[in-house]
This record gives sequence, C-alpha cells and structure tokens, in this order.
Amino acid sequence: MTTRRAVLASLPAFLATMQLAREAAAQAPGSQTQAAGGEPRRGGVLTAHMSGEQRILNPALRASTGVYVITSKIIEALVDLDAFGRPAPVLATSWESAPDGRTITFKLREGVTWHDGKPFTSADVQYNALELWKRHLNYGTQLQQYLDAVDTPDPHTAVFRYSRPMPLHLLLRALCDLGYVVPRHLFEGTNVLENPANTAPVGTGPFKFVGYERGQYVIAERNPTYWRGPAPLDRIVWRFITDRSAATAAIETGQIQLSAYNGIGLADLDRLGKDPRFTVTTRGSEANAFNNTLEFNHRRKELADLRVRRAIAHAIDVPFFLENFLYGQGKPAAGPIPSSSAAFFPADAKPPYPFDKRRAEALLDEAGYRRGAGGVRFSLRLVPIQNGEDVPLLATFIQQSLQAVGIRVEIVNYDAAGALRAVYTDWNFDIATGWHQYRGDPAVSTTVWYRSGSPKGAPWTNQWGWQSDKVDGLTDQAASETDPAKRKALYAEWLRAVNEELPIWMVTEREFQTVISKRVGNALNTPRWGSADWHDTWLAPG
Amino acid sequence: MRLLALASRRLLASLPTLFLVLVGLFLLLQLAPGDTVDALTAQIGGGDPAMMEQLRQFYGLDVSVPVQLGRYLLRLVQLDLGFSSIYGKPVASVILERLPVTLLLMLSSLLLAIGAGTALGILAARRVHRWPDTLISTLGLVFYATPSFWFGLMGIVLFSITLGWLPPGGFEEIGAGFTGLRRVADIATHLLLPTVTLALIFLAIYLRIMRASMLEVMTQDYIRTARAKGLGEAGVLLRHALRNALLPMVTLIGLQAGTLLGGAVVVESVFALPGLGRLAYDAVTQRDLNTLLGIVFVSALLVIAVNLVVDLLYARLDPRIGGRT
Repeated sequence: MTTRRAVLASLPAFLATMQLAREAAAQAPGSQTQAAGGEPRRGGVLTAHMSGEQRILNPALRASTGVYVITSKIIEALVDLDAFGRPAPVLATSWESAPDGRTITFKLREGVTWHDGKPFTSADVQYNALELWKRHLNYGTQLQQYLDAVDTPDPHTAVFRYSRPMPLHLLLRALCDLGYVVPRHLFEGTNVLENPANTAPVGTGPFKFVGYERGQYVIAERNPTYWRGPAPLDRIVWRFITDRSAATAAIETGQIQLSAYNGIGLADLDRLGKDPRFTVTTRGSEANAFNNTLEFNHRRKELADLRVRRAIAHAIDVPFFLENFLYGQGKPAAGPIPSSSAAFFPADAKPPYPFDKRRAEALLDEAGYRRGAGGVRFSLRLVPIQNGEDVPLLATFIQQSLQAVGIRVEIVNYDAAGALRAVYTDWNFDIATGWHQYRGDPAVSTTVWYRSGSPKGAPWTNQWGWQSDKVDGLTDQAASETDPAKRKALYAEWLRAVNEELPIWMVTEREFQTVISKRVGNALNTPRWGSADWHDTWLAPG
Repeated sequence: MRLLALASRRLLASLPTLFLVLVGLFLLLQLAPGDTVDALTAQIGGGDPAMMEQLRQFYGLDVSVPVQLGRYLLRLVQLDLGFSSIYGKPVASVILERLPVTLLLMLSSLLLAIGAGTALGILAARRVHRWPDTLISTLGLVFYATPSFWFGLMGIVLFSITLGWLPPGGFEEIGAGFTGLRRVADIATHLLLPTVTLALIFLAIYLRIMRASMLEVMTQDYIRTARAKGLGEAGVLLRHALRNALLPMVTLIGLQAGTLLGGAVVVESVFALPGLGRLAYDAVTQRDLNTLLGIVFVSALLVIAVNLVVDLLYARLDPRIGGRT
C-alpha cells in the first residue's frame, strides 16, 4: 500500500521516533485481541461513552478530541498515526517535500468515494486546506498561516505551497489531527458554520452517519463500500452521559463497552481496574499527553521575581500529590515536552524544581518576602481552570503546600467559561492551574504558551505578562527548520530556556485513561486509538 | 366559559411577570464571566483568536448588551425563541425534543408523590402515635433528609448493577426500534428509578402535610356531626375529612411545581435522561443564552399552567373559593 517514496519521505520522522516505536512494539498490536479471545468476528454494536456533547461534528472546522472521537470513524484525515506513532497513509498515499521546504506534494488515494457516492479528489483537499483548515480550524489557522496555495495538477495530486519553509514532520504529525477532509461539494458556497453537514457528517470513513439524537446518542453504521473493505462492526453508538457515576454504572452493566479520555472518575478507575471484565489503561492514548499546569501572573511584583516562582515550585511535593490524590496516575513533568514524545524529548531532561521546602523558604527570604504577622509572607488568588476532577484537587494541594511556606492562597472558583475569561482575557488572577495538552509536536499547541505576541483573550497562550527574546527567537527558528535533527536540538535548547526562566510551571505529566470491555478486539492498537477510525475493531459476543 | 375566563385572566396577569423574569435573567447572565464562545473554547480544549472572533460575530455577541437585549425582545414578540448555540438549531425545536421526557418524569413523579403521600399520610393520621405512624413518619424524615442524587445512585447500584433488574440510565433502549406497547414498557422500565428518586422527597412532604391536616380536620365539629348522623368510617374519611384536608396539599403542589423542575436537573443527570433540566444545566455552563431563556419561558408557562389547574381544583374542592372568582 505504501509507496517507496512515502517510506523514504517519512524516514527521518521514523528514525526520530525509534524509541517510541520500541516501546509501542513491546505492548502494541494484539494485546487486546488476546483478551477478546481469538478470531475477529463480524457483527455487533459497539457503544462508547461521551462525557460531553459537542456543538458540531466537523473535524475540519473544530479540532477537539470530543469531535474526533465520533467523527474519526466517519470522516478521514490525510494521514493518521500507526501502531508505532508514525504518520501513516490514509487519504494521502505518499508525500514529498521540496528541498527548500516550501512545497509539499501529496499523492492521494484513488477509487475513494464519499458516503453520498461522489468521488474524492484533490479538489476536496484544496478546498479543505484553504477554506476550512486555514480559515476556521483552531490550531489549523496557525499551522497553515503561511500556506499560499494548493495546486491540483491532477485529481490525485495536491501540492501545498508555503511562503515559509514547513517542516515535513510537523505538517504530517499535525495533519493527523488537523487534516480531516470533508466533501467540498457539500460545503462550497454555503455558510460553513451553518452547514447541515456539520451535525450530519458525510465522509469517506469505514462508518456512515445514521443519526444524532441531541442529549442522547449518535449512531453510525458500517460503510459497505469502504476502500479498505467493510469493517467488522455493524454499528457504533456514542451515548452522552454527563454524570461520571452514571457512566460507571453503564460500563458495569454492559450498556457501554468503552469510555476513553478520562470519562470515568478517578476512584472508579481504580476499582474497575481490578475487575476482570475490563481493562483500564493509558495504552491507546500515548499521543495525547497533557500536563497539570501552574500559571503565574507576572504583573504581580512578587511573581515577576524568578526566585519566588522557583520557590513555589520547590514548595509543592508533586510525587506525593500524584500518589495520594490521583491514584498514582502520572509523574512529575520535566517541562512542557512530555517524555513520551520521543521525537523531541531531550534524553537528559529532568523535573527542574524537585520538592525542597527548605530551599523554597530560603528563596522567599532571599527575595525579601519574610514571614510577617501570622507567619504570612504574602497572599495570592488562585483560579482553577476546570478541566476534570484533578484540577480542584491540585488547587487545594497548591493552597495547602504554599500555606506551609508562608504564602496564603485564596481559591477563586469559576466554571470553565468564567475561568478562561478571568485568566486569559481579564488577566484577573495571581496564579492559575489547568491543563496543557501536547499534540505531538511542540509547534502545534505548546510553544504558544511561551511565545509573546498572542492577542489578549486568546486562551492557552502566553498571557502572563512575561516575554523573552531568546524563547521567541528559538520558537520561530524551530517552527521553520526543516532538518529534523536540528529541530530537535532547537527544541532541547528551548526547553532548557523555559525551564530556567519558569514563566509558568508544568507540574505533572499525564496520559488519558481508557476503560474498555475485554470483549473489544483490535482495540488500543494505535497511540490515538480513541480518535482512530476503528476499521478493524470487533466485538466478541457478550 | 367561566373556566376560560379564569384561564385567560391568569395568563394575562402573568405576562408582566414573564417579561420581568426574562429581562432579569438576561441581565443576570451578563454578570457571569465568559460568553458562549469562551465556553465552547473551554470545551474543545483549544481555540485561537481568529476562530473566536468569527464565532462571536456568528453568535451575535459582537454588539453591545442593550442591542443584544433589544434583538432578543424583538424576536420574542414575534414568538421566535432564537437559535441555540449548543445545538445549532432553533431553540423551540430543541425544547420540544426535550419537553416530553421532562413532562413524563414530572407528571409520574407528581402522581406517585401525591398518591403515596396521601395514602401514607391518612394511614399515619389514623394510627397516630402507634407503630404505623412512627414507621411512616420516620421513613418520611429519611426521604426528606436524603439528597435525591444519592437515592438515585444507590438505586442504580442495587437494582441495575447488583440485581440487574432495571437499566441504569437513558430514556429507552437505543437502536432497539421498539414500537407500540413494547416501547411503552421499555420507557417505563427506564423511567421507574428516576420517577421514584424524584418523587421521594415530595412524597415525604406530602405525607407530613396530609398527616397534620388530617389530624386537625378529624377534630372538627362537622366530623362529629357526620359520625352522629350515622355515616360509616370510610364515608367520613373520604367525603368529609379528606376533601378538607386536601386544601393545604393542593396549595403546596402548586407552589412546588417549579421545585420539581429544579429537582429534575439532578435526576436527569444521574440517569442520563435527555430532559429540560439537563438542557438548562448545559445551557448555563455553555452560556447558551437563547436556550436558557427559552427554557425559562417554557418552565414559566408550565408553572402558570399548574397553578391554573390548582386554582380550578380549589374551586372544585371548596365551592366557597369558586364563588368568589
């Protein structure tokens, strides 16, 4: 299936991901098949849990895990990660970058048709890239900002032309999430935001959309004319269950077989892990690492002092928090690039500020903030940015830990929308805690946390009142460096710089937990399996 | 005719209330930090300024608050509830999809609470200070003091997970394609636990009210008269005592129709039911102003309707009230 050119083109990426490959090979394909007992079986309805309802089901317009979980079975991307974490052909069969990095040519799969019977061609890719990814898709607008044109010399070739060099590895890795293709003939000439296909998706994938009952479920059924051949499952049902305990009950009674991306509460994960009917694992989510964060508002004079920021990091016992609050899930972070990102994680990176209460006190004294009345040095307001049950837990733990070194912390509670507004638009916080999600390449959604110049109000960007020429320079240089080895070195240097300056602190490094029935075969066999197409997934009789 | 006059008078009188509630809520929600685009960004876990700006324009959030309010009221007088930003469809159709579930849940809970509450209340009053009364009153207190989500979850643990008798959630079996009686039975088994969960707390209130007012009524002169004229105990109880004892309970039902809707939020979340309560909750966290205002509008209409029924019941129970209207 893969042409030689594709293999050659992805070779540098492959070499860079060797370590991940070895790890994945040790545990990847087949382990779940064994549990489900032998031969793939045709038939069955797989029901999956959704903890929240998305407004639209169009991954070319909205980059979000909640959107992918459903639509990745219906709509396909140009590439997706294989079992070893390498971008592998899906709608694109091969790719090639010109030496200057400004022209990237994709060969597209022939004989693919949309669910409505029309053929898939390079015109579809051209429309998606220019009109949707570049203009509407979150993160896509930034990734494709230097995309000038997409040429279509023939129906199965798309040539992306950039005004600045585009690293091939970055583009391919990003396109796994930001490269979904929807049919041009349904979107062109309409108001794309109001298009009915946004909630009744049409794609090229192994499952066809059947129905969406708001507040209840989405159903898709097998596509008999799928280009890889019909999938084993008859149907997939996604059920919306907002209450975590209710979702656990649905898993235990067999109403649903799967809950990915931390859909189940921490305590229940621990309990279900001991139940022989289920697997609880981070396998199949390796591509979605995230950090618990601690953001500093540098407009507070105390926090503008590097010694105070370091003291705060030293004051918090992260291993203790992980062990006692998160049931041992995760580890202390060595910075914003997770250790699972073999292509970028520097081998020598370590958590920069390990727990050391005396050092924390000494640093605070040195900075001139001695304990005053009642042993208090100064007070801070902490805004938790709700994203899961761990965020309020960490907020409380930060409060307790800082209290012990003489910093009084008041927790200011908002819901998710309110917290984003308070932190990123109004800058109305002293410290905040939420999540940073790493998306396979630091240039996708990580460097914006540190690069200056994001407009006020842009969430998950540098709104801290902190700026560094060195970090800005390294960020820009790495974003257009086409040599993978040089890029890796640049990001290592970048990581050292942000760990040194500590504008914000990545507290933990974690992966999402999946609960899955052992009846499900060919599951968890790629690093973003929850968002994969499930063309080979099957269900043993219950 | 008298009924129609009463109904239209009630509706007319509630129009200003409705208007104030809607405008008040609109302004109140402006105080909540963040708008629907912030909520969307929080949900998808990643946004960029360009997308956010486009969406603010799309949702009509790029104009000042008075203009937004004006636009909303203008649409409202044309009976247009606007467009839901969560679901991308007209609010009216979003609410219509959810209304039957909530109505079914509310009505069955209300009937259960009234029926069982009345029966237990009478029983307790008849056996006052003896063991049936003690048992019923204690149970009533337990039901009243326990949060309904806990009852719901324990019900799921016992009846769904341990015993496997009832489904743990949902409105009906998805994709089963049941029709006719089979579907009714399917929905009934799904709604059994939620109905009981929602009803328990109201059942406890009604039984205590019923017990108290029965005890009071039973000491009245007309009860003695009824007995004196040789009426059997059942006749005294049902025709003379119950009818008078029902008045305070009917008042309470009218007042609590709104509370019931609030309780539905919790029960609908625990049992994953696609009802109005959960929609309202989602609308608040997603800052979907149109949907929320639409729900308030519909709920207000529901409460008005319930109170109208209560008024009519009054007239039926106590002819003196009907005479004055």
